[in-house]
Amino acid sequence: MIANALPLVLAGPLVAAAVLMVTRRPLWARRAVLVGTLGATLAYGVTLVAATYGGTVLVADIGLWPGGIAIPFVADMFSALLVAATALLTLVCVVFGIVAGEDQQHYFAPFVLALYGGVAGALLTGDLFNLFVCVEVMLLPSYVLISMFGGENRLRAGRIYITYNLLASAVFLFGVAFVYGVVGTVNLAELAGAAKESTAVAVAIGVVLVALAMKSGVVPVHGWLPRTYPETSPTVAAIFSGLHTKVGIYAIYRVYSLVFDGDQRFLGFAVLFMCVTMAFGALSAVGEDTIRSVLAFNMISGIGYILLGVALFGPLGLAAGIFYLLHHMVVKTSLFLSAGAVEVRYGTQRLDQLGGLARKEPLLAFAFVGAALSLIGMPPFSGFAGKFALLQATVAEHAYLAAFVVLAASLLTLLSMNRVWNSVFWGPVRREPVDATRDAVDAPADDDATGTAHTNNGAVGTVARRRTHAKAASPLTHVSPALVAPAVVLTLVSLGIGLGAEGLLTLTQQAAAGLLDTSSYVEAVMRE
Amino acid sequence: MSAAILAGVLVAGGVYLILQRGLIRMALGLILLGHAANVVLLASGGLYRREASVIEQIAAVRAAADPLPQAFVLTAIVITFGVTVYLVALAGSGSGDDTEEST
Repeated sequence: MIANALPLVLAGPLVAAAVLMVTRRPLWARRAVLVGTLGATLAYGVTLVAATYGGTVLVADIGLWPGGIAIPFVADMFSALLVAATALLTLVCVVFGIVAGEDQQHYFAPFVLALYGGVAGALLTGDLFNLFVCVEVMLLPSYVLISMFGGENRLRAGRIYITYNLLASAVFLFGVAFVYGVVGTVNLAELAGAAKESTAVAVAIGVVLVALAMKSGVVPVHGWLPRTYPETSPTVAAIFSGLHTKVGIYAIYRVYSLVFDGDQRFLGFAVLFMCVTMAFGALSAVGEDTIRSVLAFNMISGIGYILLGVALFGPLGLAAGIFYLLHHMVVKTSLFLSAGAVEVRYGTQRLDQLGGLARKEPLLAFAFVGAALSLIGMPPFSGFAGKFALLQATVAEHAYLAAFVVLAASLLTLLSMNRVWNSVFWGPVRREPVDATRDAVDAPADDDATGTAHTNNGAVGTVARRRTHAKAASPLTHVSPALVAPAVVLTLVSLGIGLGAEGLLTLTQQAAAGLLDTSSYVEAVMRE
Repeated sequence: MSAAILAGVLVAGGVYLILQRGLIRMALGLILLGHAANVVLLASGGLYRREASVIEQIAAVRAAADPLPQAFVLTAIVITFGVTVYLVALAGSGSGDDTEEST
């Protein structure tokens, strides 16, 4: 029963997206469909995790063709965990989008749902070509979202994003063609172990892996990521940060473990590439000027951490990598949402224009600092458990260079997050909220406390004067709690994962076991 | 062999165009690259190397064309076409900031 519903995770959001595309009113009904669909998917994802506990593999063959001919949807612990996590993140981001008013734009809701449908399909498919199609289903709405919402540079960002992804898709398609030409099938279960035996298959799958690395943002093919994520709207950037590169990473884990079956020959190169990615991302983040571009470069660094898991392979490495993947998705989305809340209310994300938010927005400061500490890897947040597990794996595999880079890049991450914290949350108040309508006061202000705001320019000063006058009676914070709540929830999730790391590690160890020994996956798909 | 040469020529042209500065030229280059991928996909078919799974009764099945790559190509063409049209539309909107060099 649970297995038969697997294709619905792809179909459900797509149908809901189609419905939302043609209905205009009422707004509350559209919101109910949007949140309801994602909530149902989240519930189903949690059910999947429970159903795959202990190594069960669920398979749904489309059209009731026998195993091996049908295009299967497969769920094991790894995909179940990611379906649940991506559904949670999309739900939280959509709530943020609703509070920030972005869903009043007609196309927001349907495209987010279609995007999620593609993500879920890519996570559950057991077929290489279907993976290509699902990734495209995920990307097509993203093209529209990225160039429709956001700042003045959004069209430029959209062009870079589309051109780059079209190129990556072409490479992916070449890879699929080579695989089909060499083996005669693109069913991942039938391809299991093929690259270990034949060099031709290894080259063909190598092309696919390069395409997936392009989509994941691995250095040196990362340039699109920091040029696009800071330019689009806060909600869209948060959704992308939680979903997009992560699907590529999931596919790398899945394809490498199935088709190469843990082949040791190329892992040395992979470790080297991931070390460069970690160091490069963390180093670049230090020099950036806006909150989201710092986060985007830290994300590249994080991608290095996650893929170090598959580069080390082995039970420790894979479990640590999957744990880090889940942690990173939650924390990064939380940080993007905090940055988004600042941007929605203060109208800028430039570090040199913001300041003193720690006193004015205590809740937001908590959400940000919690997630930032987690990203750096401080206990008791989830980042500590993730990095500790990763370090254990590097030492177990005698990859001491990687262990050093893991620690050094963490220090650099500390430096860049510290810079954001210092200039945005500490120091003098440099900017007042741009939205003065919420509790604007008509009375002319006799101010004496807004000297810093005056130094910016006259317009801001006027707003600031009205604000300070109102502040005497209104609460301390300017960002509405509903706008901060999504980021706080995710920071608390990170704290929860950190405190209960043992529980999630058990699950990721099961996921890693499923990747190490692919026989149960293959048997479940190929059954007669 | 002819497919290999054709794909090679298409890739060469596509890569050359993608390295140009104008967005329309890049879009044309991506189209060529997509066509090259489609040619490779078509060339990758062949029923001789795998067992006919469903229609083994038909005697001439060995000589028949492999239907799977054709389905792949059809899907890929639709996707590439849609994305390229959107890219061209983006190139048109706000084309003033397109960094085309006169040389």
